[in-house]
Amino acid sequence: MFGGLSRNDLLLFGGFTLAALAMPLLAWPVGANYPDLLQKFAIFGIFAIGFNILFGLTGYLSFGHAAFLGVGSYTAVWVFKGLTMNVLPAIVCAVLVAGVFAAAIGYISLRRSGIYFSILTLGFAQMSYNLAYSVLTPITNGETGLQLTLDDARIIDRMFAEPGPGLPSTNLFGLEMSGYPGFYFCAVVLIIAFFIAMRIQRSPFGMMLRAIKTNQNRMNYTGFNTRPYTLAAFVISGMYAGLAGGLLAVTDPLAGAERMQWTASGEVVLMTILGGAGTLIGPILGAGLIKYFENIFSAFNDDSLHDIFSFLPDTLGDIVVGVVSPFVGEGWHLLLGLVFMAIVIFLPGGLMEGLKRLYTWYRNRNGEGGARSSDRVVAAE
Amino acid sequence: MDVLVLQILNGLDKGGAYALIALGLTIIFGTLGVVNFAHGALFMLGAFCSVTLQSLLTISKKVKDESITFFEAFKEIPYLQIWFGDTGKAIIDWSVPLSILLAIPVMMLIGLAMERGLIRFFYKRPHAEQILVTFGLAIVLQEIVKAQFGANPISVPAPAELSGTASVGLLLGLGEQVVYPWWRLIYLAFSLLLIGSTFAFLNLTTYGMVLRAGMADRETVGLLGINIQRRFTLVFGMAAVIAGLAGVMYTPILPPDYHMGMDFLVLSFVVVVVGGMGSLGGAVVAGFLLGILQSFASMNEVKSILPGIDQIIIYLVAVVILLVRPRGLLGRKGVMES
Repeated sequence: MFGGLSRNDLLLFGGFTLAALAMPLLAWPVGANYPDLLQKFAIFGIFAIGFNILFGLTGYLSFGHAAFLGVGSYTAVWVFKGLTMNVLPAIVCAVLVAGVFAAAIGYISLRRSGIYFSILTLGFAQMSYNLAYSVLTPITNGETGLQLTLDDARIIDRMFAEPGPGLPSTNLFGLEMSGYPGFYFCAVVLIIAFFIAMRIQRSPFGMMLRAIKTNQNRMNYTGFNTRPYTLAAFVISGMYAGLAGGLLAVTDPLAGAERMQWTASGEVVLMTILGGAGTLIGPILGAGLIKYFENIFSAFNDDSLHDIFSFLPDTLGDIVVGVVSPFVGEGWHLLLGLVFMAIVIFLPGGLMEGLKRLYTWYRNRNGEGGARSSDRVVAAE
Repeated sequence: MDVLVLQILNGLDKGGAYALIALGLTIIFGTLGVVNFAHGALFMLGAFCSVTLQSLLTISKKVKDESITFFEAFKEIPYLQIWFGDTGKAIIDWSVPLSILLAIPVMMLIGLAMERGLIRFFYKRPHAEQILVTFGLAIVLQEIVKAQFGANPISVPAPAELSGTASVGLLLGLGEQVVYPWWRLIYLAFSLLLIGSTFAFLNLTTYGMVLRAGMADRETVGLLGINIQRRFTLVFGMAAVIAGLAGVMYTPILPPDYHMGMDFLVLSFVVVVVGGMGSLGGAVVAGFLLGILQSFASMNEVKSILPGIDQIIIYLVAVVILLVRPRGLLGRKGVMES
């Protein structure tokens, strides 16, 4: 299972596993230790990892990935309604259905590349979104969103036990999937997803995908048919999105069409770019940061800002609050847009590239220091 | 027959907006080689030019309402009306057409600032990064507008004289029941005029000829001693003005809100792709074509056969065209294919 991975990869994977499991501890000092938020970190981390397999490796920029997220959510809720509240069948079905959906869309979209591909995927996602709102209402329950009801069939559950009063909750063989158990379930799935992504990236298949990004023409000239590779990458990343959608339904069994809107597709693009496309950790980092700051900043309002800056003299405090307030609360997207632009302009490789630059700068500085001291020794001799 | 004419007319005004935005997108792509995802935001900014002008013109003074005697009542009368009487009232009424005068310099400035401040650093970078940075800019612009004007649509009425309906039927000899709002007819005429003058500028003037030469071969034009970059910067400003004017005149048809730009941008990009990337004629033809198709698809007769078709027709057409004619309707070889 671990064959073919270098020592660094194993270290990375081990570190990641520890970090994912200890996330409540890590998030505690920054005030993010709520199960709901932690679940979001894990789920959107999975979504971003999957998006990165397509965008980071092959360079195909999809603007319609939210469609797969939505399909995954709908599928999972339907499995909850029709079969059982156990989460495993729901997740498996969500992944499979999203995969089939991605195969169909990918087969058509991947005939074109560049901006045409972006527009095609965007078009398909908008189509799914519009249909989910209008004609497919029997399946999607339109604007209200698909949710559990008391008279759902739940065939398998009914075979074993009489339905109790009230709405049942999602569970893993009896363990309820809310709060920390829900988070740990998502975290385990995240670790598995990360491991698979790592194997893909280190495999000959992953190498092929990166070759496609570098120069697709040359790949064609050497006799490779690149289409099956890009399609496979597209389907895999669609399945990741379906998995994330399924998990969203696990933590809260409700699916709405707004999950498929282009803003949601844009969000995963932001996460991946912010963290660093093409890296393993970057997308997860980006997803975590965006969800964290969304949670923190959108909760601020003028009063809480006045409290924060109360240590300043009154007039100065008012000025600071005046400057800061357009960027938080309702206006948090403004801040997000500005940060995103700054990242694309100055650091196209995302935060991971920033960290790498810092590291090399630090090493060079130390290295130069060392070189200089040895020069001095030579001079002294 | 009546229904057909009405649906075509219905599609034409929306098609006009699509065509204008798509035209600007194509010009920018053809000259600067940049895929501008913030173009919808320019359309939205244009629409808010007219909102701004309207609210400026209707700055009001609170005066006591004399007609109500049994309690203290106040009403607000715009200063313009107090100062100029009926003339002032007329100016307020015609605020949308007047906004054109405001929008031209404002949008030109915004366009130039955008090109000099941001876009020019992205000429040599991959298209994906251009899309991403302009996408970020679009978010920023629309959030600024949201912070300034709120999240709800703001209605800006057309001048009272033009808000009725025109009996198009009599004009075309189809009977009286075929009527159509005046303002939509004006919008159609306006967009045709704007498209026509853009084409005239590019095809009939020397300046336009140099631009077209620059689009075909930038280096050679540069070697001939022409500062092609400065002209291209100006072209970006022009495209911003076109999008802005499309937005200004659209306000009476659709009350503007902060995300209207993105709604139109997605469709305009589809229009550009259908028309053929880099082809000006293609953008215009595809804009009107998709507008008309959309209005036909939203007829009840069509919807009863194919439910939901009105929601997806544009995307469906785009998918089919891209698969059958990968370069779009009028696209040329070698554009966006490397």
